[in-house]
Amino acid sequence: MRTLTRKLFRELWETRAQSLAICLVIGSGVAVLVMSLNTLGLLRETRDAYYDRYRFAHVFASVTRAPQPVESQLLSIDDVAAVETRIVSEVTLDVESLEEPAVGRLISLPTDPKSGLNQIHLRRGRFPEPDRAGEVIASEPFFESNQLRLGDRVDAVLNGRSQPLVVVGVALSPEYVIQVRAGELLPNDRRFGVLWMPRRQMEAAFDMEGAFNDVSVRLLRGANEAEVIDRMDLILQRYGAVGAYGRDQHISARFVADELKQLRATGMVAPTIFMAVAAFLLNVVLARRISTHRTIIAALKAFGYTNTEIAWHYMQSSLIVAGIGAVGGVIAGQRMADGLSSVYAEFYRFPTMVYQPDWRVNVIAMAVSLLAAVIGSWREVQSAAKLPPAEAMQPAAPAVYRRTWLERLGMMRWIPVTTRMILRGLRRRPISAALSSLGIAFSVSVMVLSGFGSDAMEHLIQFQFTTAQRQDVQVTFNNVATPAVRHDLRHLPGVHAVEPFRAVAVNLVSEHRQYRTNILGLGQERDLFRLLNTESKPIRLPPSGIVLNDKLAKILNVAPGEELEFEVLEGERPVGRILVSGLATEYAGTSAYMDRAALNQLMRETDTVSGAYLAVDSLHQPALYQQLKRTPEVASVQIQASAIETFRETIVKNQLTMQSFTLFFACVIAIGVVYNTARVALDERSRELATLRVIGFTRLEVSTILLGELAILTAAAIPVGWAIGYGFCAAMVVGFESELYRIPLMIRPESYARAALVTTVAATISGILVRRRLDHLDLVDVLKSRE
Amino acid sequence: MSENVFQVRSVTKVYPMGEVKVHALRGVDLDLYAGEFTVLLGPSGSGKSTLLNILGGLDSPTDGSVVYREIDLTRASQRQLTMYRREAVGFVFQFYNLIPSLTALENVNLVTDVATSPMSAEEALEMVDLADRRNHFPSQLSGGQQQRVAIARAIAKRPDVLLCDEPTGALDASTGVTVLEAIQRINVELGTTTAVITHNATIGEMSDRIVTMRDGMIAEDQRIVSKKPVAQLSW
Repeated sequence: MRTLTRKLFRELWETRAQSLAICLVIGSGVAVLVMSLNTLGLLRETRDAYYDRYRFAHVFASVTRAPQPVESQLLSIDDVAAVETRIVSEVTLDVESLEEPAVGRLISLPTDPKSGLNQIHLRRGRFPEPDRAGEVIASEPFFESNQLRLGDRVDAVLNGRSQPLVVVGVALSPEYVIQVRAGELLPNDRRFGVLWMPRRQMEAAFDMEGAFNDVSVRLLRGANEAEVIDRMDLILQRYGAVGAYGRDQHISARFVADELKQLRATGMVAPTIFMAVAAFLLNVVLARRISTHRTIIAALKAFGYTNTEIAWHYMQSSLIVAGIGAVGGVIAGQRMADGLSSVYAEFYRFPTMVYQPDWRVNVIAMAVSLLAAVIGSWREVQSAAKLPPAEAMQPAAPAVYRRTWLERLGMMRWIPVTTRMILRGLRRRPISAALSSLGIAFSVSVMVLSGFGSDAMEHLIQFQFTTAQRQDVQVTFNNVATPAVRHDLRHLPGVHAVEPFRAVAVNLVSEHRQYRTNILGLGQERDLFRLLNTESKPIRLPPSGIVLNDKLAKILNVAPGEELEFEVLEGERPVGRILVSGLATEYAGTSAYMDRAALNQLMRETDTVSGAYLAVDSLHQPALYQQLKRTPEVASVQIQASAIETFRETIVKNQLTMQSFTLFFACVIAIGVVYNTARVALDERSRELATLRVIGFTRLEVSTILLGELAILTAAAIPVGWAIGYGFCAAMVVGFESELYRIPLMIRPESYARAALVTTVAATISGILVRRRLDHLDLVDVLKSRE
Repeated sequence: MSENVFQVRSVTKVYPMGEVKVHALRGVDLDLYAGEFTVLLGPSGSGKSTLLNILGGLDSPTDGSVVYREIDLTRASQRQLTMYRREAVGFVFQFYNLIPSLTALENVNLVTDVATSPMSAEEALEMVDLADRRNHFPSQLSGGQQQRVAIARAIAKRPDVLLCDEPTGALDASTGVTVLEAIQRINVELGTTTAVITHNATIGEMSDRIVTMRDGMIAEDQRIVSKKPVAQLSW
């Protein structure tokens, strides 16, 4: 080993606590990077292979009823590779283990279930006999969460008739990697299940012989999807289509795609923060080392060491720290990726998902860390290389201090001398102080971001389920009914309020923009289903005109007071123009609302309803559920409490893990920055501080000077960190906004407070560690040594 | 007369110091000869160190020329100056400039690692009578011992010239003697051209020649006919 290398290692060992702090920062960044990239790759490859192998469709459409020959029309569209027509219907299920009714989506299975599109992957049991009535395959999440066994019976109301279904097999489908119903935010596997039934049986049960009501299309490579969607809409229009859509609006596909997007964002943003902090810390530490080494550098140059050799010598110290941190980070990141993969395997249903680390990710992580080290050290290393040797022989000029503006304002005598020293210390190196403060601010922002997750979800639950949609149960009818049904519902057990609604499929058009959705006709007197403005205050539906939710208004680019064209897609299909009379805030879906009477009038129909919202006395719930399970007119029942429950279960479980990680990361950043800044300050000023001790200052006074500077930097960092954190959250909100759901930009004061607290505690711990060194300062030795 | 090692002609050096210009050297002419032991005397600020730094290739003059054995140092590139320092010059500093994290032996190795035909680090330490202290760290050595390690480090490469800037400046008299003895021994045994800066006129008596500087110029250039061994110097 060359002597210079030996010197390097001895010095690194001398400063091991500082180096370790930097290693941890780099390691954290690398761990997140390795975790995100590995899981990203795993999830993407698993998904793509699954979609491909089981021929997941690209475009989807529903109709009320279309004759079978339409299939060949669709097949003749350019770019279409394959067409699969099916019968799909939602039914009420009576599952023995479940008190309340569940919703089942029945999907027809082709004669050869291993052909066609959206093929299912049989996990257990067998395919149903095409000619035997009542045999079905259940989706795995529904089967497992209801603890069903093969051969178990589930009763279903099919087209108004109750029929027992026997589960003969369990399957997964690329269409339901995550099993979420339209309009819901998260899966509810116990209360929503997919059941596959032979086509012949479905045709018989739903009177659909020679017809279909659902179609999926697979495209050729490089196809123009928008063009195909337009052509499909033209063909399917007369069969009651509500608009074809691609994978981007397919709920399951969208959830998985959003998860990939989030992993990519995590893999970009978090490591960038960590690497920036690490680069800054390496810079601070190296700047200090080089300034103490002035004369050593001069001597080395005098002995004939080249500038490059000296530059490389100092660069190596940063590279070694970064390298060790990166290796630790890679190991931790692999383990985290493994853990996250098992979470995914539970949440997303793939036939197989086996985590295998990708060595390329490690190479990237290593390269990123070394790059951060180079960037952080470049300037200082250059200055060491360029240091003119003759000048470096001389002791460095004393640091230049100036009076601060506070003192110049004549407030001098009000400021104690220790405070003056603190202020001048900050004034002397404003950029370095600002960067330290910014580093600490990142720690605060990471905590804000971690609090945001649960705050937003809590707000969402509060807004959606407590303030806006306060019904206990929503029932949807098979066919439109007269308002008389209201009285029937009112007489069901425990029901103490009924709010009927009318839902109509419609195409809304504004200039070149158009969007297919439902108009929900609501009554004027409403206490259950409320529309809210941005301040969560209820808004009234005007007697005429249409209220759009904010996302829909954004898609159509219309504001209140402007007009829209509408084309109703059912009944007599009326068309016309309508005034946008208001906007409602919603975090899910893209709905439009009208006064029910006005909607009935627009539809040229008498008073009709499609379903109702119910308020139910919890004591009578079991009786009500029993009755609803057996009511043939009821197509589906949604129970609010169970929705909230699953929502919380899923979210809370994942967030606790995430929060403990972010807490660790925030502490790593805060300690890394504060400890290193303090150590460097102590090194730089040990002579000065020892002098103060010699002339009679107490330990407390002396540590006040050193740690007071850090206290000010930390205090200044807190509001900045809040602002940066808010910015991160806002970016996340924009990044994840979709037609399916939006995240509210809601951070509670408690989260801000916790962020400030965690950082302050971490900073204090670092301060105490440095204070202990300060207390053991060898006064004589410090004064003897030459700077 | 022996071979001319350095030819210094009309060398000036001006340092900008804030808004004023400091004239460190104001036209110096000097020749140093092979094997000669020269002492540079003068009060502080007279330009001794500046001249020594220029001779050692650590600094370049504002004007004038410095030629080392046919190499014009004033026209040499940074790279050539580095090679010049690496091969030809040994430096000894007032504050030793030892690297605290390296042992005595390792400090010497720092130089033997990069030189072309060095002696062994052990041999160099033996020449300054410190072979038994080779595994000590600087903090475990006295000032005089540290300076002798610095000398060993300077001569380990078998330099053509040895430049010493106040080598005894930080030492007491008796320790200073051991250091000067080491320098004299190197000069005699290896024939190294040696220049020593000092403000202690007595040291001049052990040299071949005393050059006195004042205000950036050479005030006096005196040859010593009968130089004394270090032990006979009266402090």
